[in-house]
Amino acid sequence: MTSRIIHHPVLDKVDETDIVSFKFNDTVLTGLRNESLAAALLANNIRTLRVHEESGTPRGIYCNIGHCFECRVNVNGQQGVRACLTPVEEGMTVSSGEKFLTSVKDWRSNNE
Amino acid sequence: MNRVIVIGAGPAGLSAAITIAENGYEVLILDEYMLAGGRLLGQLYEEENGKWWNGIKESKSLHDKAVALGIEIRLGTPVSNIEKLDGSWVIYTDEETYYTSHLLLATGAAEVPLSIPGWTLPGVMSVGAAQVMTNVHRVKPGNRGVIIGVNVLSSAIAMELKLADIDVAAITLPKMNQVTKESGNPMDVMNSLLHVSHMAPSAFVKFGSKLMKNEFMKKMGITFFPKKGVKMWDIPIMLRKAVINIYGKDAVEGVTIATISASGEVIEGTEETISADFVCIAGGLYPLAELAAIAGCPFYYIEELGGYVPLHNERMETVLDGLYVAGNITGVEGAKVAISQGVAAGLAIANSFSGGKHEVVIQEAIQTIGRTRDEAFIQFHPDVKEGKEKLQRYFEEYGQEVKVGVTG
Repeated sequence: MTSRIIHHPVLDKVDETDIVSFKFNDTVLTGLRNESLAAALLANNIRTLRVHEESGTPRGIYCNIGHCFECRVNVNGQQGVRACLTPVEEGMTVSSGEKFLTSVKDWRSNNE
Repeated sequence: MNRVIVIGAGPAGLSAAITIAENGYEVLILDEYMLAGGRLLGQLYEEENGKWWNGIKESKSLHDKAVALGIEIRLGTPVSNIEKLDGSWVIYTDEETYYTSHLLLATGAAEVPLSIPGWTLPGVMSVGAAQVMTNVHRVKPGNRGVIIGVNVLSSAIAMELKLADIDVAAITLPKMNQVTKESGNPMDVMNSLLHVSHMAPSAFVKFGSKLMKNEFMKKMGITFFPKKGVKMWDIPIMLRKAVINIYGKDAVEGVTIATISASGEVIEGTEETISADFVCIAGGLYPLAELAAIAGCPFYYIEELGGYVPLHNERMETVLDGLYVAGNITGVEGAKVAISQGVAAGLAIANSFSGGKHEVVIQEAIQTIGRTRDEAFIQFHPDVKEGKEKLQRYFEEYGQEVKVGVTG
């Protein structure tokens, strides 16, 4: 189980009292106010944030600071939101991107 | 009045903004992250004097100082484009468009990926991602990890993971291929490692710096490097093993490693597995300079600085009017160097407003950058100074070419 590091030998203790609840793919989860969606999901042991649009294979966080766009999810109806840059909020509705119904590769080969 | 815009709220951007505000000019900082501090946030290491360099505290102190000076910091604000229109820099974000005569790019560095079969599995992340999860968000990236890529950054972060009671099964090399190149070659890695030996306790120091003064000894060191690795902070560092692939069904379950020759070739039949629930990829850092590229800055590839850097002088001025750079966009170095570069850039901007009243302090600031570099605890590239000198030469040559172009 992935878990939070509440006590640390050098860094301050984490305040775990300010909790918000949010929804990820129809499951209600909790996170700490002001933490990133990526951190909140990982603390809930969720590693797969989306599937690859074409292959359907799972993807999770990669760079965790906004550079790679691997953690993009849908937040309150908006697509392509980076989970690592988005503070989790009370009542937020988050969902994974899904595989495209039509294969991108086939479309390209037919048009070349 | 015209407000200076700084893109990037890391150590360079914050210190530049503070310097500008202290000299009486208005500044706005934009950053796409949710906290100010940039890569400084995740840093945590014990300095030679026994004090801890705590990135979160350092970031907060810079941030609080900036806010006390009345500097506006807009976080969660990605910049999508910049351009020069009618003599003014135009900065586009999702919500607003900003205009300024003086723009500072302090966008920092990004991590070099190493493509290894299985690297898209959830649980595989850059080593910096694991650092931020652990030290900033305080969520364990996993319970047991393997770090692929042996370098300054990965050694430092391995120690930080250990501090947070996260098991690091091994730090090892990626299988050598066209993409991983020197990261997969034990000899190249040994060379770069000699510069971090001062961070490690006895065994590695003995094995590293003292023994490895010349090329022959380094080669011998690699040849006789124990297959199980040498332990640093109780983590085996394996220079004679490489990760062949990362496996798992829907997430990381482990890695397959094999013994490699001194030159990095995989020895058939030596494959074995290490179980892990996360894998860190540590390919090193490169200057994150896209905004300077779309602005039209000329670039030079300087290995000692970590990659392509926008042409600039010691005063952090690019060759484009009103465009300045500071921090890791100018070459990969530590946060203290970035802070000193921010001061120099801030003074250069103030000087441009004051009509040259800051010349003396700019020279002092340039001296400070050099001193900070010399005293740096972590050197990302041993020849960073030579890299900086190269860039300075390119800048002077460029100036002459432009002059010749104009008159001829």
